Amino acid sequence: MGRYVARRLLLTIPVLIGASFLIFAMVYALPGDPIRALAGDRPLSPAVQAALRDEYNLDDPLWLQYAKYVWGLLQLDFGTDFSGREVWDIIERRLPVTAKLALAAVIFEALIGLAAGILAGIRRGSFFDNLVLVTTTLIVSIPVFVLGFVAQYLFGLRIPIFPTSGIRDGWYSYLLPGLVLASLSLAYVARLTRTSLAENLRQDYVRTARAKGLKPSVVIGKHTLRNSLIPVVTFIGADIGALMGGAIVTETIFNIPGLGRAVYDAVLRQEGAVVVGIVTLFVFFYIFFNLVVDILYALLDPRIRYD
Amino acid sequence: MTEHRSDPALRTKDAGGSDPLDREVIHRDEAADRTGDWAETTLEAKAAGPDIEEASLWSDAWRSLRKNPFFIVGALLLAVFLVMAVFPQLFTDVDPRECDLARSAEGPSAAAWFGYDVQGCDYYANVVYGARVSVTIGFLAMLGTLAIGVLVGSLAGYYGGWIDSVLARITDIFYGLPLILGAFILLSVLPERGVVEVSLALIVFGWMTSMRLVRSTVVSVKEADYVQAARALGAPTRRILVRHILPNAIAPVLVYSTIFIGTLIAAEATLTFLGIGLQLPEISWGLQINSAQNRLRDAAHLIFFPSLFLSLTVLSFILIGDALRDALDPKLR
Amino acid sequence: MIPTSTALSQTPSSPAPLPGAPVLEVEDLSVEFRTPKGVVRAVNGISYEVNPGETVAILGESGSGKSVSVQAVMGILDSPPGFVTGGRVLFEGRDLLGASAEEQRAVRGPGISMIFQDALSSLNPVFTVGHQIAEMFRAHQGTSRKEAKEAAIELLDRVRIPAARERVNAYPHQFSGGMRQRVMIAMALALNPKVLIADEPTTALDVTVQAQIMELLKDLQRDTGMGLLLITHDLGVVNEVADRVLVMYAGNVVETGTVDEVFSDPSHPYTEGLMASVPAVEDKGKRLQPIVGTPPDLSRIPPGCSFHPRCPRRVLEGAPPGKNCQDDIPLLLPVGTAGRASACHYRKEVLRARSAGTPA
Repeated sequence: MGRYVARRLLLTIPVLIGASFLIFAMVYALPGDPIRALAGDRPLSPAVQAALRDEYNLDDPLWLQYAKYVWGLLQLDFGTDFSGREVWDIIERRLPVTAKLALAAVIFEALIGLAAGILAGIRRGSFFDNLVLVTTTLIVSIPVFVLGFVAQYLFGLRIPIFPTSGIRDGWYSYLLPGLVLASLSLAYVARLTRTSLAENLRQDYVRTARAKGLKPSVVIGKHTLRNSLIPVVTFIGADIGALMGGAIVTETIFNIPGLGRAVYDAVLRQEGAVVVGIVTLFVFFYIFFNLVVDILYALLDPRIRYD
Repeated sequence: MTEHRSDPALRTKDAGGSDPLDREVIHRDEAADRTGDWAETTLEAKAAGPDIEEASLWSDAWRSLRKNPFFIVGALLLAVFLVMAVFPQLFTDVDPRECDLARSAEGPSAAAWFGYDVQGCDYYANVVYGARVSVTIGFLAMLGTLAIGVLVGSLAGYYGGWIDSVLARITDIFYGLPLILGAFILLSVLPERGVVEVSLALIVFGWMTSMRLVRSTVVSVKEADYVQAARALGAPTRRILVRHILPNAIAPVLVYSTIFIGTLIAAEATLTFLGIGLQLPEISWGLQINSAQNRLRDAAHLIFFPSLFLSLTVLSFILIGDALRDALDPKLR
Repeated sequence: MIPTSTALSQTPSSPAPLPGAPVLEVEDLSVEFRTPKGVVRAVNGISYEVNPGETVAILGESGSGKSVSVQAVMGILDSPPGFVTGGRVLFEGRDLLGASAEEQRAVRGPGISMIFQDALSSLNPVFTVGHQIAEMFRAHQGTSRKEAKEAAIELLDRVRIPAARERVNAYPHQFSGGMRQRVMIAMALALNPKVLIADEPTTALDVTVQAQIMELLKDLQRDTGMGLLLITHDLGVVNEVADRVLVMYAGNVVETGTVDEVFSDPSHPYTEGLMASVPAVEDKGKRLQPIVGTPPDLSRIPPGCSFHPRCPRRVLEGAPPGKNCQDDIPLLLPVGTAGRASACHYRKEVLRARSAGTPA
C-alpha cells in the first residue's frame, strides 16, 4: 500500500506540471500583449514597459519563463499581481471561503443525493423513484447560473429567508450558494446511488444473504448498501476537488469573495500571475482528491489490489 | 451541466487492463468506474459483438425508444428547437433588432408575449433568434470533440504501449481543468470571440471523455477473433480500425455525444453569461441573461424566458441521450 | 447452549419430528414469472419429499425450473417477477408458504440452508469469510462477536480448510474455487440445518475438486443426519451421491424413483435420452445419441406432453383415446416398483422396451 501511494504520488507530478504549463502557456503565450492589458487605458512609457517586461520575464522564451515560475512555486512564491500584492496572500485569504463553500456543497450532495438515491433504488418503479428520476433530469438540464438565479429569486426575493449576496452572515450565507453549487453533483449522486443499489440488489450475494435468514434491513442496509456505496463515496470524494474548481460561476453569481471569484476578476483584468497561481492550485486540489479517493477505494473494496 | 463535472452517467470503464499504468491514471471518472456503475460498461460489452447482434441491438433499441415517453418528449422538444434555429421566421415575424427605448423592460403582454428587453426590443423574437447560436455551437463543438476523441482514442487503444501511456497522461492533464474554467481562460486571451472561437475553446477542454470511450472500445475488441482474422488476412490498419473496430464504439459514443451537446450548450451560455463568450451584437441566450442579470428584482422576465428556452434545449438532448442509453443497454430496462 | 457447541453439535438441536416422517415436503408447487413479454410458467405443480439423512436429486437441463423450484422453497424467489402460484412447502409439517415473512426467515439457516453454484459471486466480496460465517450465529442466536468468530474457525476446520485460524480473516476472492465452495458449505451448515439445498454445488469447479466437494457433503450429511436436496444437471453426480432422483423437464417432474432404478431402467423417453447421451464404459465404440431439438421456451410450452416435439417415441396418429402426445397432458403416474412414477402415456412400454433392449 505504501509503495502504491508513493508511486501514485510520483505519477501525479507530470500531470501537475503538464496542467500548470497548459495554463501558463494559455495565459502568457497566446496573442495579446500582457503589458498592454496590464496597463489598461493608461499610456506607458517605454522605460516602464521594459521594467515590467523584465519583472515578469516576458522576454525569456516561454519554457524559461515557466521554469522560473515553477522555481518560485517551489518556494511558495506565487508571484505578485499588478498592484504588487502577493498572489499567495490572495490565496491565503480566499481559500477558506471557497473551502467552506465546497464543504457546504459536499454535505448537501452527500445527504440529499444519497437519501434520494437509496430510497429510489430500493423501490424501483415506485412514485418516489420516478420523482427522483424526473427531478434529477431537470436539475441536470438547468445550467448552474440559471439555477442560481432561480434560487435567488425564490429564496431571496419571493420568500426572503436566505442571503443572496456576500458572506456577511457567516455559515448561513453559504447555504444557498452551497446548494446551487451542489445541485449538479447532487443529481448525479442520487442517480449513481439508485443505479448502483438496483444493480447490487440483483447480485448473487444478496440472494445468499436472504438465504441465510438475515433480516431484510440487514440484507439491504449491510450487504447491499456497503457494496453499492463504493462508487458513490469515491465519486463524492473526488468531487470535492472539482467543486472548488467549479465554484467560479457560483461565487460570481452570489458575490462570494472566494478563489473562483478571484479567478474571474483576474481573467477579466488579465492578471496572469493570479490566474495561473489559483488555477494551478485548483488542479492541485483536483489531483489531490483523486489520489485520496484512489486510496479510499482500496480501503473500501478488498478486491482491489495495488501491488 | 454548467460547471462541468464528468458525468457519471457517461463514464466508461477503462477497459485498459493492458497498460499497467492504467491503475495510476488520475481522473475522477475512474473512481466510480471500477465497478462499472453506470450503463456504459455493459453497453460496450453488448456492442462488442459481431454484426448480427449489432443489427438486433439497434432494432431492439428503436422498438423500446418508440415506447419511451421521455424520448418522445425529448424528440419533440428537439425538433422544435432545431426548426427554431434554422427558420426563426416560422416562429415570429417581428424583427428582433427593431427596438424602441420607450418600451424598455416592459413586462409580457398580449402584444409582446415575452415583453421587451432593456433596449425595448421584442423579447420573444430575440429569444427565438437566440436558438441558432446555441444549437450551432452545441453541434459544432460536439463534432470537434468527437473528431479528436475518435482520432486520439483509436491511436491510444490500437497501438497501446508508450503511445497509449503518453496520450493517457495528456488526457489526464486536460481533465485537470474543468470545461468552464479552461474555456474561460482560453477565451479570455483570444482577441476575437465568435461562434468559432467559443466552439474551439469548448473542443479544447471537452474532448477527453469521448477519447476514453473510443479507447476502451478499441482495447476491448482489438483482440477479438474477427479482428485478428482481418489482420491475418492482411487488411491495413486503417481499414481494420474503421471497418471492424470503430463500429463497436458507435452506441456508447452516440449516447455520450447526445447528452454532451446539452452540456456544451449550457457551457456556452455560461461563458457568454460570464462575459467571456459571445459578444454583442450576436443574439444569444447567454447574452440576454447577462444583460438582465441586475434586473432580477424589477424585470425577472428578462432572465426567465431565455433561461427557460436554454434549459429546455439542454433538457431535450439529455432526455434523448438517457432514453438512448436505456434502449441500448437492455440490462437496465 | 453456547454457539461453539451448536456449531459442532452432531445432533439436531430441536426435537426431531416423528421418525421416518419427511423433514421437507413440497406439494404441487407452481411458480411463474410475470414479465413484460408474457407469463413464464417455470414450475408447474411439482411434488417431492426429503427425509432426514436422505439425498434427493433434482435433475434437469438449464431452464427446466429446477433452481426456481428450490428458490421458491427457500423463500428467496425474486418477486416480482417471480410468484408462487400454488402448492405447499411443509417443513417439519409446517407450511412455510402460508407463514409470515418473519417465520420464514427464522427457518432459513437453522431449518433449511442453501449453497449456490458460483461461490465467488454468492459470497459478499467486501466482508471476510469469517464475518460472513459468524453472521449466521450473530443474526440467529445473538452470539457475541468473539464467540461467533471462534465458531466460524471451527466450521472452516470442519469443512477441511487448512489453517482455518488464519484464513478466517481472508476475503472470498483470496480463496480458490474449491475452497470458496467449502466456505459456502461451512456457512450453510453453521446452524445445523435439517435440510441442505445444494444448487449446482460443483458445476463451476474442476472435475477433481468436484469429487472432493461431493465427498465432503456426503461426509457432513452422514455426521449430521440432514436431508440433502441436490440440484444438478450432472448425471454422474446424481449417480454417485443421490438416493432418489426427480427428473425435471419444462417445469414438470417427468420421472421419479430411486437412482438405481431410474438410471438403469428409465420409464420416460426424456430420461432414456439423457442416459443415451452420456458415455458409458460398456458402450465404448458406440455413437452417443444426443436428444434432438432444444428445450422449450417456457413462455410457449408445447401442448400435450411438453417433451413430444423432441420425443422419438411420440404417438400422434392413431393413438389410443387420451394418449395422444400432442393433445393429452400425461400425468405423473406410478410405474414399475413402488415409489416410481413417470409422466409418459407410454411409460410401461418405455420401461419394458428398455429392459428388453439392454440387459443390465
